[in-house]
Amino acid sequence: MKKTIHFREVTNNGTGYWGLIGILGLIVAIGLGATYYMEHHGHYVTGMNNQIVWGIPHVFAVFLIVAASGALNVASIGSVFGKAPYKPLAPLSGLLAVTLLIGGLAILVLDLGRPDRLIVAMTYYNFKSIFAWNIILYNGFIAIVAVYLWMLMDPSKKQYSSTVGFFAFLWRLILTTGTGSIFGFIVARQAYDAAIMAPLFVVMSFSFGLAIYLLVLMAGMKWTGRPLGDALLRRLKNLLGVFVGGVLYFVLAYHLTNLYATEHHGYEHFLLLGGGIYTQLFWIGQILIGSLIPLAMLYHPGLGRSRTAIGWACALVILGGLTQMYTIIIGGQAYPLVLFPGMEVSSSFYDGVVAEYSPALPEFLLGIGGFGIALIAVALAVKVLPFMPQTLEDAVADPHHGGATDAAAGKAA
Amino acid sequence: MSEHVDTSRRRFIGGTAGAAAGMSIAPGVFLNQVAQAKPADQPVTSENRWGMLIDTNKCGDGCDACVRGCMEENGWGDINDSEPHSAPEQKAQWIRIVELRDTRTGYAHQLPLMCQHCKHPPCVDVCPTGASMKRADGIVLVDKHICIGCRYCMMACPYKARSFIHEDLQDQLVVAPRGKGTVESCTLCVHRVDRDGADAVPACAEACAAEGHDAFVFGDLNDPNSEISRQLALHGGTEIRADLGLDLGVRYRGI
Repeated sequence: MKKTIHFREVTNNGTGYWGLIGILGLIVAIGLGATYYMEHHGHYVTGMNNQIVWGIPHVFAVFLIVAASGALNVASIGSVFGKAPYKPLAPLSGLLAVTLLIGGLAILVLDLGRPDRLIVAMTYYNFKSIFAWNIILYNGFIAIVAVYLWMLMDPSKKQYSSTVGFFAFLWRLILTTGTGSIFGFIVARQAYDAAIMAPLFVVMSFSFGLAIYLLVLMAGMKWTGRPLGDALLRRLKNLLGVFVGGVLYFVLAYHLTNLYATEHHGYEHFLLLGGGIYTQLFWIGQILIGSLIPLAMLYHPGLGRSRTAIGWACALVILGGLTQMYTIIIGGQAYPLVLFPGMEVSSSFYDGVVAEYSPALPEFLLGIGGFGIALIAVALAVKVLPFMPQTLEDAVADPHHGGATDAAAGKAA
Repeated sequence: MSEHVDTSRRRFIGGTAGAAAGMSIAPGVFLNQVAQAKPADQPVTSENRWGMLIDTNKCGDGCDACVRGCMEENGWGDINDSEPHSAPEQKAQWIRIVELRDTRTGYAHQLPLMCQHCKHPPCVDVCPTGASMKRADGIVLVDKHICIGCRYCMMACPYKARSFIHEDLQDQLVVAPRGKGTVESCTLCVHRVDRDGADAVPACAEACAAEGHDAFVFGDLNDPNSEISRQLALHGGTEIRADLGLDLGVRYRGI
C-alpha cells in the first residue's frame, strides 16, 4: 500500500530552536541598526560614492531576489513537470521563495536614499522603467506564491495547485528576466548592455535558489528529527550540479562574445587579467570556489554521497554566487565609462580610472540582515504552519528510486 | 428597429471640433513670434529645444571658470563647502573639466562635461518613479519630491553626469533645491531659461565669456535662426558617444 506523506508544524521548543530564533533575531536587529545609522547620517558613512553607486547591499539584495525565484523551482518541478518525488518538497520551496524575496527587497528598500518615500515608489510608475516593472513583478510574485501555497496546503484546493503552480512558474521566469534586465538594459556601461544578462540571471537563480533550499531542507529535517532519504537528496544534488554547470556555460558565452568584440576588450582585460581584486574574485571566488570545487564535490563518487560534503558544496555555491554578484555589480561599475575611445581621459570626477570601493561595515551588516530576515521568517513559519513533511525517507517520498534500501539512511545522517 | 440619425448634430460636433483644433494649431503656424520668455503660468512647450554648443578650441588651458561659475550659481562644490562630510569621490559635480590626450599622437586638450540633455535620456527611461524627467523644451531634470534615491539613473547615464547627495545639506540656494538621499545634475540653469527665454545665458557660459574664452553658445536648437543653429549649420558639431543615438542637447566642436 502506498504510504502518504503528512505535513506537520515544527514542534521543537528547546534551546536549539529558540537559540536559532535568538541568533537570527540579533542579526536582523543589527541590520536594522546599521540601516538607522546609514540613513541618519546619509550615505557618506558607507563606502559607496558617485562612481560605485550600488554597493554591498545591492550584492546581497540582488542575490537574495535571484535566489528567491530559484527556490521556487523545486515546487515547480513537482507541480509543472509532474515529478512526484518533488511534490512533498513544494510547500517549503514556496515558503523560502517568499521569504528570500522579502529579505532581498528589505535590503534594497533600506538602502534607498529616501526609504521614507517607499509609498512614492508604489504610487508613481514610469512604465518604461524595468525597475518599475520589477516592483510589480516582486509584489505579484509574493501574492501568487501565497495563493500557490494555499492551494498546496489546503487539501480541498489541491486540484488547483498545478494550474496555479504553472502560473507561478511563468511569473518567476518573467521576474528573473526583469532582474537580469536591470543590468541588460543599461546601454552606457561596458559590462552590461547585453541580452544574455536575462537568461544568465535565470540560470543563476536555479543554482543559488536550489543551493539555499538544499541547506535549509537538510538543516530543517535534521534539527526536527525527520528522515530525509539519500535517493531524494541525490536527485537534488545532481540537479544542483547541472545548474552550476549551466551558470558556467552562460558565463563562458558572455565572455566569449565580449572577447570577440574589440570594443569590449578593455573590460574583459580588466575583469579577466588586470583588475586586481575583481580578477581574483572572478577566478578564485566565482569560478574555482563557487563553481568548479562544488561541481567536483557534488559529482565525486565518494564525496557526492556525504551529506557534509553536499552541505559544503551548497555553501560554496552560495559564496560563489555572492562573489559573482560582486563582480557583476561592483566590477561593472568600477570599470570606467568609455566616453572618448582612443583617448586617455582624466578629471576631478574620476573619469578614465578604475573606481575605488571599500565596503563599510554597516553595508555588510545590512546585507547580512537581509539573510536574517529571510531565515527567521522561515524558522517562524515552519513552527506556525505545516510546511515541512514528517518524513522524506525514500521508501515514501521516492519509491521508484531504489529507495527501499535507503529507508534508514536519513537517521544515519 | 432603426433610429433616426440626426446628421445636423454630427455636423455641428465635427465643425466645432475642427474649429477647436484649428485654433489650437493656428498660433504655432501663423504667428511668427520673436523669441521671448514665457509667463510663469504657462507650461514649456516642445517649440523650443534648448541646447549648448561648446567649442573646445576656445577652452582655455587649465581654465575651470565654467565649473566655478556653476558652483556659485547653484551652490554645490568646494567653494560653497556644501558637503563637508563627504569624501571627494562622494561629492557632487554638476560640471567637470575632462582632460583628453590622444594615445597615438599625444595631442592634448580639455572640455567641460555635464548633463548632455539627451532627447532620449537613459536616466529618464530607467527611473522607476518618473522623478528623472525631460521637459518639453528638452531640459532633463530630477524632481526632488519623487526621487527615492535608488541611483538607477546614475547607473544608466552614459556621461556620468549625475551625483547622489550623501549627507544633509545646509544653506541651499532658492534656484537649486537639493537634498540628502536624492540625485542631481546640471539643470541647464533652468531658472535662467524660464526667466529669460532665448536670451538666457547659463552660469557656465557666462563665466566662460567673462574669462574672455567664449567657448559656450546657448540657444534654441529648434530655431534655425538662433546663433547655436547657425553655427552648427556652418561648422557642424560632435555628440559624445553619438553611437548611442541619444540626440544630445549639448554639442561640441574640436573633439
